[in-house]
Amino acid sequence: MVRIEFLGPIQKEPLELEITNLKELATILQETQEMREWLENSAVAVNDNLVSSLDTELKDGDKVSLLPPVCGG
Amino acid sequence: MGIKYLYSLLYAVDDMLELYDGSLDVPSILERWYKEEEKSNYGAYIPFIGTIRDEDDIDGLSFDVYEPILESWYNAWVQKAKEKGAIIKMAHSRGDVMLHESSYIAAVFSPKRRVALEFIDEFVEDFKASAPIWKYDLKDGKRIYAKDRSTAIKGSGLLS
Repeated sequence: MVRIEFLGPIQKEPLELEITNLKELATILQETQEMREWLENSAVAVNDNLVSSLDTELKDGDKVSLLPPVCGG
Repeated sequence: MGIKYLYSLLYAVDDMLELYDGSLDVPSILERWYKEEEKSNYGAYIPFIGTIRDEDDIDGLSFDVYEPILESWYNAWVQKAKEKGAIIKMAHSRGDVMLHESSYIAAVFSPKRRVALEFIDEFVEDFKASAPIWKYDLKDGKRIYAKDRSTAIKGSGLLS
């Protein structure tokens, strides 16, 4: 299982999914109307490292985080 | 007092990220940082202090912080500073911070002023664009995401 966490203002409970890469996650999340806008402006981290490829492989126990636009300070 | 702050006292790691619940005690943080480095032979100490302004009828701001990625972002800047013979320090709030209080302090110490002046600019700008912290306006008893003032992290939109 891969755990999906939605950070900051994305008001969504974590998901546990049987997926093997980010492409599969994109397909699943795009089906949800409420998530579409967040997907456009969110960065993605796997096990707390930001990633830039949809081919990023996922294995059992991995954690994927979605990071919406930030504003510290 | 945050756990990391306690660690920093125990192990005397002077460039550790400090997170606090609520507003920052600006005079005590600036004084402590000064004392930590006053004999370190740095010629320049340049702090940046962020203060909550009274605007748009807000009562204050509130912050969510994602610590694992904030730490790795911060540690990368510690290394960049080290390469220039400088050190950085940073404190940030979690939760609510009211008007005219401070939620953010960053500082650079360097042997000569030019490095610190340039570094504080780059460090604070990248903080605003990349650090995983989310800001909310506190208004009429509600906590409203400051979407219009937020910046998408580089590489966003991968899943869209």
